[in-house]
Amino acid sequence: MFGFGTEYEGLAFWLPLVWAGLLAVAVAMYVIVDGFDLGVGILFKAAHNGNWRDRMMFSVAPIWDGNETWLILGGGGLFAVFHVAYAILMPALYVPITLMLIALIFRGVAFEFRFKSERSKFLWDNAFFFGSLFATFFQGMVLGAFVQGFAHDGRQFTGGTFDFLTPFSVLTGISLIVGYALLGATWCVMKTTGELEIWARRMATRFLVATVIAMTAVSLWVPFLGRQIETRWFSWPNIAFLAPIPLVTAYLAYRLFRDLEEGRHVRPFFLTIGLFLLGYLGLGISLFPYNVPPNLTIWQTANTVSSQLFTLVGFAIVLPITFIYTAYAYYVFRGKVAEKISGGGYGYH
Amino acid sequence: MEFDALILSRIQFAFTIAFHIIFPAFTIGLASWLAALEFNWLRTGNPLYRNLFRFWVKVFAVSFGLGVVSGIVMSYQFGTNWSRFSDFTGNVLGPVIAYEVITAFFLEAAFLGIMLFGWERVGDRLHFFATCMVALGTLLSAFWILSANSWMQTPDGFAIENGKAVPVDWFKIVFNPSFPLRYAHMVMGCYLTTSFAVAGMSAWMLLRHPHDAPEVKLAGSRRSMSMALWFATIFVPVQIVIGDLHGLGVLKYQPTKLAAIEGNWERQANMPLRLLAIPDEAAETNRFEIGIPKIGSWVLTHAFDGVVPGLKDVPRDQRPPVWPVFYSFRIMVGLGFAMLGIGLWSLYLRMKRTLFTNRTFLTAAMLMTPSGFGAVLFGWFTAEIGRQPYVVYGILRTADAVSPVTAGAVTASLLTFVVVYAFVFGFGSYYLAKLLRRGPDPVDDIRGDDIGKKPKRPFSVPDEGLEGRPGHKAQPAE
Repeated sequence: MFGFGTEYEGLAFWLPLVWAGLLAVAVAMYVIVDGFDLGVGILFKAAHNGNWRDRMMFSVAPIWDGNETWLILGGGGLFAVFHVAYAILMPALYVPITLMLIALIFRGVAFEFRFKSERSKFLWDNAFFFGSLFATFFQGMVLGAFVQGFAHDGRQFTGGTFDFLTPFSVLTGISLIVGYALLGATWCVMKTTGELEIWARRMATRFLVATVIAMTAVSLWVPFLGRQIETRWFSWPNIAFLAPIPLVTAYLAYRLFRDLEEGRHVRPFFLTIGLFLLGYLGLGISLFPYNVPPNLTIWQTANTVSSQLFTLVGFAIVLPITFIYTAYAYYVFRGKVAEKISGGGYGYH
Repeated sequence: MEFDALILSRIQFAFTIAFHIIFPAFTIGLASWLAALEFNWLRTGNPLYRNLFRFWVKVFAVSFGLGVVSGIVMSYQFGTNWSRFSDFTGNVLGPVIAYEVITAFFLEAAFLGIMLFGWERVGDRLHFFATCMVALGTLLSAFWILSANSWMQTPDGFAIENGKAVPVDWFKIVFNPSFPLRYAHMVMGCYLTTSFAVAGMSAWMLLRHPHDAPEVKLAGSRRSMSMALWFATIFVPVQIVIGDLHGLGVLKYQPTKLAAIEGNWERQANMPLRLLAIPDEAAETNRFEIGIPKIGSWVLTHAFDGVVPGLKDVPRDQRPPVWPVFYSFRIMVGLGFAMLGIGLWSLYLRMKRTLFTNRTFLTAAMLMTPSGFGAVLFGWFTAEIGRQPYVVYGILRTADAVSPVTAGAVTASLLTFVVVYAFVFGFGSYYLAKLLRRGPDPVDDIRGDDIGKKPKRPFSVPDEGLEGRPGHKAQPAE
């Protein structure tokens, strides 16, 4: 079928595909939903007028911890289904993952304690900003290291502690920061009013330009990694099927630019999600079916069929319910955040 | 001792999980305690129970939040620090751990929000249902974690292929030999932890407000303390029986661990019950011991001349360190019998009708507040150190489970965790202490319209400010 994994039959062939799809959805969900609230954190430091920071925080307050649970699902799912990948990737990414977790702890707790504090507010403001910034940066580095590939012996990581740290992974780290900032800014455009909205709109335009530059830079750099990813894109007939992806991406970026100028409220956020999903799709096309780049496939790293089936039962029940509940929570907290935030309320209209 | 990646990873895991377990140990019991309070409110209509619910739910929210935050780290450490363990056990334990994640995920996503913020929106019955589901969720979460850990103590239902464990029988994997009793022992431990924490905190509130406090405030503390002590009085003996039965399982499946717990070097009948000893691992003997003859054999085999395995049954390199196992176990058991004493004392005072006024007892109960946490921690020290040098008992050595990471990387991460946890959890504990200082609100202080208007986050339930006088409400700055 794909020319990969042809030696596997039946469930041994299909289950890893199903699971790769499910985990890809979980990671995509994470990137989108935690992406915008990390983005709000990244913009936080620059928002210093009046009660802007309070309003920005209120806009993500009801949903942020639900957003982060997707990350736990991703980690737990990897161990449950592709444990070889888990065993190789985690030590290889020891430094960025540990630092990301610590940044997320800081950010999460800062979030909660900020509402309770007055004198120490500046402390939690900083913890929130730097926590968001570093969590994003290290996530981006994890992504870059993943594209670069890992040294391994088929079961264990054999490279060094700082293999992940290269100019390319620094670039992907910075790219994710500007990308999440764009998500956060368009989120604020959608959720806020008045001067804050105008400011967020200006930020969104700036970070859109930065995001386009970053996406281009990463795409141009990939051929120099020596991974032959470019042959997959430019060989015939692939190029005919794949050419629409960069073209649609360019169109979405243009549309987003115009929307921000025309004063639209909701669509910029969804266009940004579209940009992210296209980038994600491009990444998937570049790397499939390897989940330990450069050379271990989802079939080679998969758990036994029995383990995959056993876990699938639980996921099949919980994932749909979680989608419904998440959608409901967003529905309940729809609309813009009020300009005046009073003591006990959310600040929602 | 050389500080290599192995020992540093062990210290880091021990530190992060010991920190983490404190919060689930408390919230597992608190969730059921809240369900009991709400049940009483629905049954009797006495507003006292509703007020108590609204007080203890704040304590629950803070503890739950800290538990979640410290728990995320755990799910990644299997890979970052113990990748050879993940490689060997992934086919078997991956799904079991995943079920824990799914359970916790489901619980957090669906019912916690309603329980914490939704009472006014969904009505009494649905809210009670949500509280019960949260309680059930914490128990299910513990179910899977205990199953995974028990499999590492008494592995079953698997085969080894190509140097990896592969599942053969999922029922045997999940319900492995030591699991049922260890699960019962842990859940009961969590319930008793909560009982003594609730009783101790209530006793403290009674001690602080001798005369001048509003009657309704005292009534709440009295009711909390009384309910918690009834539970403790009845279930400490049950826990002692469960612990004894579990000990028989250790004798059967982990004889070397048992020998370390007993400080028993030689395989022998008529073993004494050693109360204190100075084990000498080099000389393979105890340099000093105080014990009661024959009782050790009787406790373990229920026969005075029962044969108990010794440490010298296995070569040195298959024995755990004796000192920490021997004394951790004794601290746990000691705390258990102190709990038994408090329970009996409370019965006596109830008969004399001085339970709420005897200041010596109230002080003792207050001092026992952390006893459950101590017993849980030292029980786990016994279990985890006792199964060394194996991480999967008899099959995978801890030394063969560690990741190929450098000592420098682990040193840096360990130091960072220590600093960050001290900071974050210091603030969390300070905040918890402030909540307790304030105590339950009198009935007419409850403003129904407040509930359900706050962001859906655990920490938002309590509305005290972080600074300032207790009960002072923080206002978001304009």
